[in-house]
This record gives sequence, structure tokens and C-alpha cells, in this order.
Amino acid sequence: MYQHRSLYIYAVVVLIGLLYIMRLLQIQVIDDKYAIIAEKISLRKQTIYPQRGLIFDRNDKLIVYNDPVYDLMLSVPIKLKGIDTLGLCALLEIDKPEFDKRLAKAKSKSYRGKSVFKKNISNLVFARVQERLYEFKGFFFEIRQDRNYKFNSSSHVLGYLGEVNKLDLELQSDEFYEQGDFVGKKGVEKFYEDYLRGIKGEQYFYVDKFGVNKGPYKKGKLDVPAIDGNNLKLSLDIDLQQYGEMLLNNKMGSVVAIDPKTGEILALISSPFYNPSNFNIQNRGNYYAGAIKDPTKPIFNRAVSAPYPPGSTFKPIMALIGLQDEAINEHTHFGCPGYYRLGRRIIKCHGHTFSTSLQRSIASSCNTYYCNTFKNMMQSDKYANTEEAYNSWREYLKSFGIGKELGIDVSGEIKGWLMDASFYDKMHGEGRWSYANIISLSFGQGELGLTPMQMANVASVIANRGYYFTPHVVRQIEGIDKIPEKYLMKNYTKISPTHFEPVIEGMHEVTLSGTAAHIAIAGLDIAGKTGTVQNPHGKNHSAYIAFSPLENPKIAIAVVVEEAGYGSTWAAPIAHLLIEHYLQPDSVEGSSRQYLVDKMKNSNLIPLKLRALRDTAIYGN
Amino acid sequence: METKSRIDFIALFLFVAITCIGIASVYSATSEAGAFTLLEGRSGKQIMWFGVSVFLGIIIFILNAQFFEAFSMYIYIALMLLLVAVLFIGADINGARSWIRIGSFSLQPSEFAKYGTAFAISSILSTIGFSWEKKADILKIAAIVLIPMGLIVLQGDTGSALVFLSFFIVFYREGLTPNILVLGIAAIVIFVLTLVFGSLAFSIGTVLCLLVFYAFTYTNKKVLLPSIAIAAVVILFSLSVQFLFDNVLQSHQQKRIQVTLNLIEDNQGAGYNVNQSKIAIGSGGFSGKGFLNGSHTKGDFIPEQETDFIFCTIGEEGGWVLSSITILLFVLLVLRLFHLAGRAKKKFKRIFIYSLASIIFFHLMVNVGMTIGLMPVIGIPLPLISYGGSSILAFGIFIFTALKLDASRVYDLQSHYI
Ligand SMILES: [Zn+2]
Repeated sequence: MYQHRSLYIYAVVVLIGLLYIMRLLQIQVIDDKYAIIAEKISLRKQTIYPQRGLIFDRNDKLIVYNDPVYDLMLSVPIKLKGIDTLGLCALLEIDKPEFDKRLAKAKSKSYRGKSVFKKNISNLVFARVQERLYEFKGFFFEIRQDRNYKFNSSSHVLGYLGEVNKLDLELQSDEFYEQGDFVGKKGVEKFYEDYLRGIKGEQYFYVDKFGVNKGPYKKGKLDVPAIDGNNLKLSLDIDLQQYGEMLLNNKMGSVVAIDPKTGEILALISSPFYNPSNFNIQNRGNYYAGAIKDPTKPIFNRAVSAPYPPGSTFKPIMALIGLQDEAINEHTHFGCPGYYRLGRRIIKCHGHTFSTSLQRSIASSCNTYYCNTFKNMMQSDKYANTEEAYNSWREYLKSFGIGKELGIDVSGEIKGWLMDASFYDKMHGEGRWSYANIISLSFGQGELGLTPMQMANVASVIANRGYYFTPHVVRQIEGIDKIPEKYLMKNYTKISPTHFEPVIEGMHEVTLSGTAAHIAIAGLDIAGKTGTVQNPHGKNHSAYIAFSPLENPKIAIAVVVEEAGYGSTWAAPIAHLLIEHYLQPDSVEGSSRQYLVDKMKNSNLIPLKLRALRDTAIYGN
Repeated sequence: METKSRIDFIALFLFVAITCIGIASVYSATSEAGAFTLLEGRSGKQIMWFGVSVFLGIIIFILNAQFFEAFSMYIYIALMLLLVAVLFIGADINGARSWIRIGSFSLQPSEFAKYGTAFAISSILSTIGFSWEKKADILKIAAIVLIPMGLIVLQGDTGSALVFLSFFIVFYREGLTPNILVLGIAAIVIFVLTLVFGSLAFSIGTVLCLLVFYAFTYTNKKVLLPSIAIAAVVILFSLSVQFLFDNVLQSHQQKRIQVTLNLIEDNQGAGYNVNQSKIAIGSGGFSGKGFLNGSHTKGDFIPEQETDFIFCTIGEEGGWVLSSITILLFVLLVLRLFHLAGRAKKKFKRIFIYSLASIIFFHLMVNVGMTIGLMPVIGIPLPLISYGGSSILAFGIFIFTALKLDASRVYDLQSHYI
């Protein structure tokens, strides 16, 4: 009885079996949605951060090295179950409300399967938490490389790292950065970011529902090892740099020293400066606000960002332009009664012999000589009018790298001030101005502003008799063995090399019998030019440019000390000490000048007003 | 009649093959990257329980087949008493009072109740003079099925209670009018349609169908009243389904059903298990990620992955190939058991083996259907595969008993009352 019913039952069993097998075919083989979701859920990619390239000075002294920082991360989706929250709080030195706040924040902000719980955890806390990390399912550490520094020095050149920002992330072309990555924000860290950062590695692994690593994906076949960044060798001489920093102690000012033969920057100092260790990722939060408020502006890189009228240090340039433009020749003398008369105005000069040669005009810094030279040029028959003559003068300056960005690899470079003729048109009316209106430009005052970098570059041009290499702080990128092409090309000025010798003779006289003779250094031929820059806001700025030796020069330097007074009192001695330190580090002479070193080091030239302001700004009240 | 009593090797092979897949899957689902061997941990226990069932199987084979027939009602009663006992002395685990603690072991009487019920049903149905026409007989059968179902529901284990519905397959085979099955299927269809479209839309649809039906049959006055009556009953049923669903079912039960019907997506809540399970199985691809390489299994994303959701591990690590083979092995085992039932010369034996095949089929359909999203989440194990001593032991004994009954058929005379 009812045996036929067995057949129906068999049929149903077979049909259900087939139905299930077909359903499995659909979700397993045909639809790849589930495989994709599964990987999203349980596959994690961990970035292996390469070691960032180290930074050395020109003598292979290590300056910048890596210092790991730890971020405590949460695996997403965040599922905390049975975690000893209070225990973790104690380890992290936070309280429960703080914990909850961080957890809520982590939940609201996740990125690629993870979320930051606490950043920049110290080595000590890291070690404590790591020991018990297996108890805190879902938490894991990410290790990244912060920077640390061997010397409290060179912060403006080195720059610093920061977290990559939204804009960087949007603008990047190669998808290299992820949120939270560190990137060079300033200085060589920024300029050579592409070399220093290295190549990130990748590690794929499975996680469980708590985000705990459950072993490699495809036996690590897809893993890519990280490739460390290229080390960077700077042209800085850290020893010279620190010596200069010491001399500028308690002063606002700059030193830029260049090797004229290569354009390599030997020292670049802006004083005051911040300790680079205070500006690394871990510490910047504690120091940045104070540094920003400090009225002496330690973050501001005066060496490349501050334009100063060059004052008398401009006279060699004016002489060179006059010679090239035939406003004067090397035998031209001008009489100087101690002033230059301009209608009813009088421009004062200093006491010196009445008749001045080109050389003496430099050595004794005669204003009259340059007023005459400038007038000759502005009124020359070569030019239809003053504007044309001015434009020609301006072009000469530009060929020295004045009034334009040099293209250096130091952050914050500015053009400085070099006005268009239209500026004077606006000021005096179109075509209604003559040499008389702009005569102070001839001795480096008025609407002219050079950064100490540009001043040093001028010294470099004179040392090279007519050309310069774009200054740069990179000496070698390890593993690449070349530096950017633009730093290897000579930039020629519009001055013929023959005109340099008389000017250099004059500059040499400055250190023999002129304004810097009192600090001559035996055994060293130095060509220099002092400058005392009028400062409407306070004491004059002290400036000096120089290079040495005269033949085959090895160092060109510019020094500016703000609100210090005469160029010969502060800037020149500092420059000479630095030149000596660089060229004759072991000189016996040098050690006998310890009093000079001490004087420079121990003089506090920061105006009292600013010192008081600084104390309130940084330390409160 | 000279053939000696011998075990059916095909069924035995299928039984052992499925058991082996089970042990490997439990090992994979529970071991931590080879932290222990197959013989340790839960896979070790699984092997042990299989061993115990083989040992008991040997005893079963030593026993006289007549014994089972003679003692069937006693076995049933003993197991029913155990079900009652569990209500009083059972350990409360996850809100269900289904386990009896014996030393370090937990026994789940509901797994054995199916075995006892199969005996009782085989016994009653094979009684001479049994008829589906007799009210007393139907009441007897109903009582035998409803007593364990009721007791198991009381334990809080609705899933295991539903397994007893598989006896309807046996009843149908043994002559129960198919109308009941038709009604049941109709009820399920109305139930689903009501939940999908709502009882109002469903009722309007029913009325429209009635009108269309009229348009073609208005000449025939005889169908008028019955069709109106049927429509009224259908609508009434639909309304009551809606009412029961909204007011009687608890919200997690509502959600489970809604998730199964794809009415709501709730991958974090009620649908979490099924969603993770589909992802695990779906990500297995054609040939799977390899033994012990299931990332979803290893990641512990699926709750109860070594018990109710063990099929995920098979699907993920063995891919379509192994999941299909597993289903195929089950289907073959069920069909083979049907075959053994068919060749039995005694009605008792036929019904008993049929019961086993029906129960295995029901478990397979519900359990695998649940993991691939074709069935609502009903917590019953996949026979011979899911981790669990009671389940392994109960099915082992069940199968060995069936094989014994089959093996002893050579001594049976062809019953006259088949
Ligand atoms: Zn003069």
C-alpha cells in the first residue's frame, strides 16, 4: 500500500538537495559579493613603515635619527567585550570619562578598518600596555617613526615632520599617504620628503572579530617589505653651525655661510631658534604655542624670510654696476667733503680723506662716492630717461639674485624688496621722479630689502668674480648620488669678471685698514664690507658680508644682527670668527681671541622691551 | 534465505564518511592555528563520542532484533521520563533547560527522544488493525508525537521540537491523507504571503482572485458557495496570522522570520548569524580556502560555528565542491535508508528506518537551509557533523539500530500485512 508515495518523497529529497546545491553554486561561485565582503571583514592590510632616511652633516656627523612613537589603535568594527577597562585606564594614565570620550571618538572616526584611540604613546607606557595587550582584544599598536636630534641646532634648516593633512591627501598623485602618516612639513624634511620617506611595505593578515591577528593571508605571498628611505647628507658643517649659533646667543639675527665654489650652504643660522627636539611629533604640542607667542620669533627663519636694507654692504654691488655700466671706471675719484649735497638736502658721510678712489670708497664706506656713481648712471646718455636707467639698474641686481627667489632648499624663502619703476610712478607721479628721489638706494637704504641669504649669495658672486651656484643645503642623497640639476648650474651676473678685482681690492682694504681692520685675522685674507642699516623702529642693524681667501675662496658669508648698532662692532667680528673657525679651526691665534668670542656669546642684544614681552608670552602673566 | 545477516555497507560507508567530514570540520572550527591535534579539544571529544556510539552499535548488533520491537514502547516511555526529568533537574544553559549534568558530561535527552518516538510510532503503526480512519489510533499517534514536542518546547528548545514534524513524512508514506500536507503547505504559503504583503493586501488579492474565478465559472452555480467559503477561511487565516505575528510572537522571533523572508535587513541584529554565515560560505568559492584556512571561521565571526553553523566551515574551507559533496552524501544516505526501509519485510522495521531517514532529511533541510539563508534560524544540529556528544551519540545509536534491523531482515518472513 502507498508505495508510490515513496517516489514522491524520494523526489522531494532529491529536489531539495539539488536546490541547495544550486543555491550554494549561486552564493559561492556565481556571486562574488560574499568573497569581497569576507575579505573586507576579516582581511587587514597593515602598513609597514620604512625607516625614514637619516640626516648627516657634511662631515658625516649624524644630526637627525628616528625615534619610534606608538599609537594605540582600535580595530573596526569596535567590539569591546569583557575588557578590563579600568586596568587599561590605569596603564594609559587616563580616567574612565576620558576613556569613554576617546572610545566614542574612535567609534565616530574610523579609517580603513581602524581607528585611533590614543596617539603618541611614550616608550614606557607602550611597554606596559604591550605586556598585557592580549587581554585588550581589539586594541593594537601602530609604530611610526618620529624624529629626534643629536644637536640643539639647525632647526630652521632641518624643519620638522607633521601629520599629513586633508589637502595633502587630496593632492597626492601616488596614493602614498594615509591619514595619520607623518610627512615633512618644513625644511629639508619637506624638500627631500620623496627620498627620505622610503617605500612603505604591506603585510596582509586575517583578523578575528576582535581584530586580533590570526595569521598571514595567502602565506604572506602578497606581502611587500618596506624599503628604508635614502639617507641625506647636508652641506651644513654642524660644528660651524653650532659655533655660529653660540655667537648669536641672545641676539636676533642671521648668519649664512656658503661655499662659493659649489653653492653649498655651510651654515644657516636664524637666531633665536627653537630646539628641534621640541618640535618633533611627540613634543610639538607642548612647545608650539609658546614659540608662536614669543615676540623674538624663534620659528621665523630670518635668514631666508627677513628682508633687510643691505646698507653699506650694498656698496660693492653698486661699484660693480657702475663699472659695468660705465658710470665710473676703476680710476674714478670723487671728492667728498663729508656729505653729498642734493639741492637743499644733505646726505652725510663719515670722516675720511677728501678724494676717494674706488677702493678707498669701499674701505671707508663713502656715501658720496656712490651717490655720484648712481647719479652718473641714472643720468647717463645711454638711457632715454630715469625709468629706463632704473630698470637697467634693477636688471643688474636681479642677476645677483636680488629681488627674486633663489630657489634654495630651505623653507620660507622670500623675494625681498626690489621695486618696479611703477612703484616710484605711483609715489611721485608718472615720469616725475629722478635719481634724486631714489639716491639712497645707492648706499643700500630705501626701498631695497635683501635676506641674509641673498647677501651671502652676493658675497659668493663677488668671490666667484661674476657667477653663483644656487645655494642649497643638500650635499648628497645616498643611493641616488646626485643632487637636483639646478644646484649644479652656474648663474652668471651681468657684470664682466674683469670688474671684480678693484672691488675685491677695496673689500680687502676694509679688513686691512678700513671699517673691519680692528678684527683682522692673521693668516687670513678676507674681503668684507660692513653695513649699518638704519632701522626706523630701534637701534640700527649691524650687517657684514665677506669671503675668504681672496684667491680660490672657500667661504662667503653674510651676518646680520638686529638692533645692535654698527656693522663693524657685531656682524663683522662674528663673521670673522666664523671664517676663522671654518678655515683655521686649530689656529693658535684663534684661541687668543677667546675674549672676543666670550664678548659675542655673552652679549644680550635683544631689546629689553622684547625680553619682557617674551617672558610674559611664554611663561604667562 | 541462505544469506547471512550482514550490515549494509553502503549506508555504513556514507555514515562514516559524513562523520569524518564532521570531525575535520569541528577541528577546523575550534582549533587555533594548530594549537592542538585532532584528538584533543572538541574534535577529540567528537571522536570519542563516535567511538562510544560504535561501541553501543556493537552491543546493538549482538542484541536480538526482536528485542527492539518488543521493548519499543518501554524505550519510548523511558526517554519521555528523561524529558520530564530534565525539566526538574536540568541545567539551565543559554535560557534552555535541555541538559542533564552527569559528572563532566551533559546529556541532552531531546536528542534521544526522536529515537524513542521512532520506536513508539513504528510500534503503533505496525499494530495489526491500525487505521488512519480510527479516531483512537489517530489520537494515539498524535499523543506519541505531541508529548515529546510539548516537553521539549517547555525546555525552551523550539527548534528541537520542530524536528518531530519529520514524522509527518512517515505518516504520509504510511497512508495518512495528503490533504493534511496540502493544508500545511497552503498554510505556509498564506503565512509567507501575508507577511510579505500584509493581511489587507492579501485579503484584497484573495477577493480579486475570487472575482476572476467567477468571471469564468458564473454559469456553474454549484461552485459559488464553496469558493466563497474557502476565500473567507483563507482571509480569516491571513488575518489571524497577522494578529499572531504582531501580538504573540516575540520581537526576536518576528525578526528572524522577517530576515529569512528578506523583509528586513538586520545584519547586526537578528540577521547577524545568517549574514556572517552566508559570507563565510559564499567566500569559499568553487574549491574553498583550504582546510584550516577559513578566515571567517578562524576569525570567530560566526556564533556557534562548531555546532549549528558547522556548515559554514565546510562551505568556506571546502568551497562549493565539498559543500555539494556533503549534501550529496546526506541525500544518498537518506535515499539509501529509504531503500533499506523499502526492502524490510516487517512493517515495524520499515517505519523505524523511514523515521530515521525522515529525521536526517529534516535536519539537513533546516540546518543547511538556515546557513544559506533559505530557512529561518532554527537551532538544530547537522546530524553527524555538528559538535555535540548527545547528537552524535543519539544519531549513532539510531543509525546502528536501523542497520541492525535491516541486517536481520534475512530471518524475517514476508509479513502478510505489509
Ligand atoms: Zn665720503
